[in-house]
Amino acid sequence: MTTPTAVAAPGSARTSAPRPQRRGAGLEVKRQRWGWLFVTPFIVVFLLFLVFPLFYAFGMSLFTSTLATGTQFTGAGNYVKAFTDPLFLEGLLRVAGFAVVMIPLQLIVALAAALVLDTLTSWLSKLSRLFIFAPYAIPVVIGALMWSFLYSPRFGPASSVFGLFGLDTPNFLASDTIFGALVNIVTWQWAGYYMVVIYAALRSIDPSIYEAARIDGANGWQTATRIKVPMISSSMVMVITFALIGTLQFFTEPVVLRNIAQGAIDAAYTPNMYAFSLAFSYSQFNYASAIAFSLGILVFGGSFIFLFLTRKQSGLK
Amino acid sequence: MKSKLLAAIGLVAVTAAALTGCSPAAESAKKADCTNTIVNKDATQVSVWAWYPAFEDVVDLFNKNHDDVQICWTNAGQGNDEYTKFSTAIEAGSGAPDVIMLESEVLSSFSIRNALVDLTEFGADDVKADYTEGAWKDVSSGEAVYAIPVDGGPMGMLYRKDILDQYKIPVPTTWDEFAAAAQALKDAGAPGVLADFPTNGRAYNQALYAQAGSVPFAYDNAKPTEIGIDVNDAGSKKVLSYWDDLVKKNLVATDDAFTADYNTKLVDGSYAIYVAAAWGPGYLGGLSDADSDAVWQAAPVPQWDAANPVQINWGGSTFAVTSQSKNQEAAATVAKEVFGTEEAWKIGIEKAALFPLWKPILDSDYFRDLEYPFFGGQQINKDVFLAAASGYTGFTFSPFQNYAYDQLTEQQYAMVQGEKSSDQALDDLQASLEKYATDQGFVLQ
Repeated sequence: MTTPTAVAAPGSARTSAPRPQRRGAGLEVKRQRWGWLFVTPFIVVFLLFLVFPLFYAFGMSLFTSTLATGTQFTGAGNYVKAFTDPLFLEGLLRVAGFAVVMIPLQLIVALAAALVLDTLTSWLSKLSRLFIFAPYAIPVVIGALMWSFLYSPRFGPASSVFGLFGLDTPNFLASDTIFGALVNIVTWQWAGYYMVVIYAALRSIDPSIYEAARIDGANGWQTATRIKVPMISSSMVMVITFALIGTLQFFTEPVVLRNIAQGAIDAAYTPNMYAFSLAFSYSQFNYASAIAFSLGILVFGGSFIFLFLTRKQSGLK
Repeated sequence: MKSKLLAAIGLVAVTAAALTGCSPAAESAKKADCTNTIVNKDATQVSVWAWYPAFEDVVDLFNKNHDDVQICWTNAGQGNDEYTKFSTAIEAGSGAPDVIMLESEVLSSFSIRNALVDLTEFGADDVKADYTEGAWKDVSSGEAVYAIPVDGGPMGMLYRKDILDQYKIPVPTTWDEFAAAAQALKDAGAPGVLADFPTNGRAYNQALYAQAGSVPFAYDNAKPTEIGIDVNDAGSKKVLSYWDDLVKKNLVATDDAFTADYNTKLVDGSYAIYVAAAWGPGYLGGLSDADSDAVWQAAPVPQWDAANPVQINWGGSTFAVTSQSKNQEAAATVAKEVFGTEEAWKIGIEKAALFPLWKPILDSDYFRDLEYPFFGGQQINKDVFLAAASGYTGFTFSPFQNYAYDQLTEQQYAMVQGEKSSDQALDDLQASLEKYATDQGFVLQ
């Protein structure tokens, strides 16, 4: 009795084994169908408002439309023109300059603020955290407008401040000072946001590690530089990636400041501004698409290279 | 189960349609989207984009007096804001109004894109006699007429009589006297300067060049692939080196125009003279922080050669009919008639400070003798602007005027920064415009 059952058991198990699998596969298909249905609204919006416009813009960039001769297919012609266009290349160089100055500056401010706030535990730290974060809550356009009034030689406070010390007020909107003026606005606006990201990462570190460090005789500075910073390196990589993408696509702040400094900020100050001017001031929609696509490729490439180089720190490896 | 799935798919489709704005409800709502109220609901409606001050009163007047056609007016932004929207509508193939307010300087930029209707087939020539030759030349290209003129910007010189009197400076009538006055004002230790030279003056800068004989562009819509560019002629170089000299000696300011700072400086005594168009007084009247004891007067614009005065124009706008219009005949009627009555013009002159190009009012005693409280009752039209308007002979703009102006600003800014000489700036401007025109497929004449 036992043997047949023993024999039958594996047999029945073998024969019945596919059955639950088949039922499972059916369930899986059913589940997937519902899953697809639930993501459909997103996919529709995604295709309609991202993928389709991207393809449309790419298609446009393959044609050349001139005022005098109309539209014709030129393939990669616009891209060749873009990468030999001094205005586009100067703009790229300029945003690269912004990246070199602005990203480290923002990172240092954010990191310093986060490290200090992490060691404080009083109500004051909560309040300071809020204050440092506050500029990020202000819309970029409003922030830039506000600063454009602060920079204004007539309405801004600079003349009274410098007047106190008997100094001449510098013109923040001249061609050689506008770079610093823009760096200041962006740092003011974004450092608080990056600070919150870094601070959150610091909070997630197990406090027992600090305790161990203290027992080993590490002081506050050593704890910060040898333990905290290495342990949050993945968040720092993320912050730098955000900052890099944002800086290469620099647009809003210079556009707003251009209203009061048209000489210092020309229509092609950054590649994004150039694309915008081409499309909407000079009605060269095709070439503007090519510029926008070229910039997109460079931003994608730049971020990819950066993430590749920092794959160890970010934990992507 | 099936029906549930179908219902869900239907819901998704409806949501997507709503998101893209394709629903039929949105389509029909668009037509009724006027700022003004339509008086005769059964009449043909013509959509109009315009940004004139007090334009609503003019629209109401038109609608009250017309049974067959009604204006549906929208303010789509001022100047470039409107042009950007129009440009996008042209590229998209829909979305433009029937009638659009355009400054005369951008007419070629839009007519070359086939966005405007030639009004000669809709009776433009019937109203040709109502406008001066210069005004009509601004709206025509060869045989074609692309718009009906509305207001103009003949130029004069607005000055602060109190400031010039205080420093005992005579009112300049030539540019030599103007430079001497600037020097005298500085020597007297005045807190302000005589005037501003904005590097982003665009049409203003171009008008100054034109006074010395500059004819920057030669362009005719009949031969749309040919263009003549001459921005570095002797006249322009004379004008720019004159201003460069004043800038180097710190006798004039170089503030950007149309900023909040500039607006305040115009009326707070920082500049004693504002070389302005006829719409300038209206502009000044709307600015805040003015000196309460300011005494403004108007005088003719300074001349290079007092014996042969040359009159210039800055700005001025028109009504054009777009090629997207479904009812071009009605649209042309609106373009021709909206500012075609004395009643409409009295609103335009008194409430919006426009300078009319419509002869029946331009030549009227009413307009000639009008006293302006802003100028202490001076009859500025009789004294200054009527002569300036009648001496204006018209101007040809390029079909890529926005680019040309941006380049002009860049070069003038470089000069003011001391990076290049005035001659070099204009030579570089010539080179950049020639290159652009060639890139755009034009043949240089």
